[in-house]
Amino acid sequence: MKRFKLDTIVLPLIAMLLCLGAWSLIAGKSTTTTSVDDWGDKVTKTERHGISADLPSPTETWQASKPYIVEPLAKRGELDQGILRFTWLSLKLVAQGYFLALVIGTPIGFLLGLSKRFTKAFDPIIQILRPVSPLAWLPLGMVLFSGMKIIGSDGRVSFGTSDAAALFTIAICAMWPTVLNTAVGVRAVPQDYLNVAKVLKLSRTKTLFKILIPSALPYMFTGFRLSLGIAWLVIVAVEMLIGKPGVGGFLWQQYNANSFAHIILSILTIGVIGFILDRAMSLIEGRFRTA
Amino acid sequence: MTPILELKGIHKSFGGASVLSDVNLTVNEGDFVSIIGYSGTGKSTLINVIAGLLRPDTGDAMMDGAPITGPGPERGIVFQNYSLLPWLTVTENIRLAVDQLYPQMTPAERTAHVRKHVEMVKLGHAGDKYPKELSGGMRQRVSVARTLAANPRILLLDEPLSALDALTRATLQDEIAEIWQSNKTTVIWITNDPDEALLVADRVVPLIPGTRGATLGTEIPVALPRPRDRRELLKQEEFKSLKLQLINSLLNARKSSAPVMTKKLSPPDILPEDLGMKRDHGLGGRKSPRRRSQLNREEIPIS
Repeated sequence: MKRFKLDTIVLPLIAMLLCLGAWSLIAGKSTTTTSVDDWGDKVTKTERHGISADLPSPTETWQASKPYIVEPLAKRGELDQGILRFTWLSLKLVAQGYFLALVIGTPIGFLLGLSKRFTKAFDPIIQILRPVSPLAWLPLGMVLFSGMKIIGSDGRVSFGTSDAAALFTIAICAMWPTVLNTAVGVRAVPQDYLNVAKVLKLSRTKTLFKILIPSALPYMFTGFRLSLGIAWLVIVAVEMLIGKPGVGGFLWQQYNANSFAHIILSILTIGVIGFILDRAMSLIEGRFRTA
Repeated sequence: MTPILELKGIHKSFGGASVLSDVNLTVNEGDFVSIIGYSGTGKSTLINVIAGLLRPDTGDAMMDGAPITGPGPERGIVFQNYSLLPWLTVTENIRLAVDQLYPQMTPAERTAHVRKHVEMVKLGHAGDKYPKELSGGMRQRVSVARTLAANPRILLLDEPLSALDALTRATLQDEIAEIWQSNKTTVIWITNDPDEALLVADRVVPLIPGTRGATLGTEIPVALPRPRDRRELLKQEEFKSLKLQLINSLLNARKSSAPVMTKKLSPPDILPEDLGMKRDHGLGGRKSPRRRSQLNREEIPIS
C-alpha cells in the first residue's frame, strides 16, 4: 500500500517540479536601471531579459494571481471575479451544453447502430460536420437563433441570442463522440443476447432497455467521457468569442490587456478543472461497470 | 396423433453455398432425439431453423401441424455459448424469462418459480453471483435453468456441452438426463460426441455432410434401459455395437461424398528471410492493415 501511494504522489510531483524548473529557466527576469537623461531627470528603465523575455516566472505569476486565488469567491466586477466564481460560471454553461449534447447524441447513436439504412444515409453528413471547429459554429449559431429573446422576471433578457448560440456550439461540437461510440456499442451487442430476446419474445422497448442499453453502456461511457473533454475545450473558445464572464472570458480579457501572468493562471485553471472533470467521469463510469 | 415437430424437405443455403438439403425429421411428443454430426456441417443451422430463428428456403418446418414462423418460448433453446447476460446475476437472468412469460403470476410466485429452477440445476448457493464469477459448467446450468423455467414444449440444445472439459461434460450429461426424467419434455440435443448421443437419447440421427448440403441419415434407435450409468454401459455389448453402428454410418457417409468447406483465410504476415531485399525499418510509416478484400478464400475438403 505504501509503495503504491508513494508512486502515485511522488512521481507526478517530481514531474511537476521538473516542469516548474524548466519554466523558471525560460522565463524572463526584469531588471530596472536608473540613469540620468540629458535634462538631468532621473529615468528608470525596466527591461526583461531571458529566453522568452516576456514570459513571467513562476513567482511573478503567483504574485500577480494572488488576488484571484486567495479570494476565490470575490466579485469586484463582472470580469474581475475570484477564480472559483469564474470556474462556476463556466461549469454551469458546460453542464447545459453537455447535457444537450448527450440528450441529442445518444438517440442518434442508437439509430445509427440499429439501422444500416440510417447509417448509410447520415454517415457522410456526420463525417462532414464532425471536424468543424467551434469558432465556425458560433457565427452560424448567432444567425440561427437571432430571434431568441426570453425576458426574465426583472424585465431584462435572461436568455438571448448569444446564450443560445453558445449552447448550440457546445452541443454540436461535443456530441460526436457520444454519437459514434453509442453506435459502435449498439452494433457490438452479441447476436446471442438478441437471440435470447427473440426466443423470450421481448417487446422492442424491453429489448432496448434490458439488453441493448446495458450491453452498450461501456461504449457509451467512453463516448460520454470524450464528449465532456470536448465540451470543456469548446467552452473556452465560446466564452472568448461571446465575451461572457467565465474562465474563457477572463483569458480573452487578459490577453487583450497583455497580462501574461493571468493568461497562465487561466491556462492552469482550465487544465486542472478538465482533469477533475475527467476523473469524476471515470468514477461514475466505475459505478456502472458490471458488463 | 400429430407429431410435435415435423421437418419436410428443408433446404437452406447461405449466399450460394447450400448448407442443408432435403432434411426430413419427425419427432413425437416425449421423444429424446440426438442429432450428431461433424463441426461446420450445418448442425447449428438446423437447430436455428427448428427454433424459428432462421427461415428455410424451401420446405416446411411445423410444430403441432402449424408452420413455425418465428422463435418463441415454447421452443426453448440452450445455446452453445450460454448467452447469459453478464450484468445480471444468476437469479436475475432466470427472472428475466419468468417475468416475461408469466405476467399473471404474483411476484412471490415468480420468485418461488425462479428459486425452484435454480435449485433444480444445483446452484442454490450461487443464486446471487454474476456469470463472470461462475465456471463454464455452472454457466451452462444457469442457461438450462433459464430455458426450463420457460416451460418449453420442445427443449433444443445446441451443442450445450461442447465448450466444456470432458469431466464436466460427463457430470452435466447425467444431470440433464436426470432433470429430463422428472420433466419429460421433448428434447432435441445436437452433439458431436457419439458417446454423449448414445448416453442421453432414445434416437440418434446422424447429419450426413454432402457436396450439395447436409441431410439427415438413417435413425439409430437406442433401446438401452434408463437410467443409464456410463460405467455400466461401457461394458455392455449392446452399447458397443450401437456406437460402432453410429460411427460407421458417419465415417462411410463422409468417404462417399466429401463436402467442401469454404474457409476465409487470413494467414499471418510471415515471409521467408531474403537478406538481399531492401529492409523496411518501419520509419517510413506503418503498412496498411490487411483488408477484407485481401483475404484468400480456400476450398478444403473435409477429410
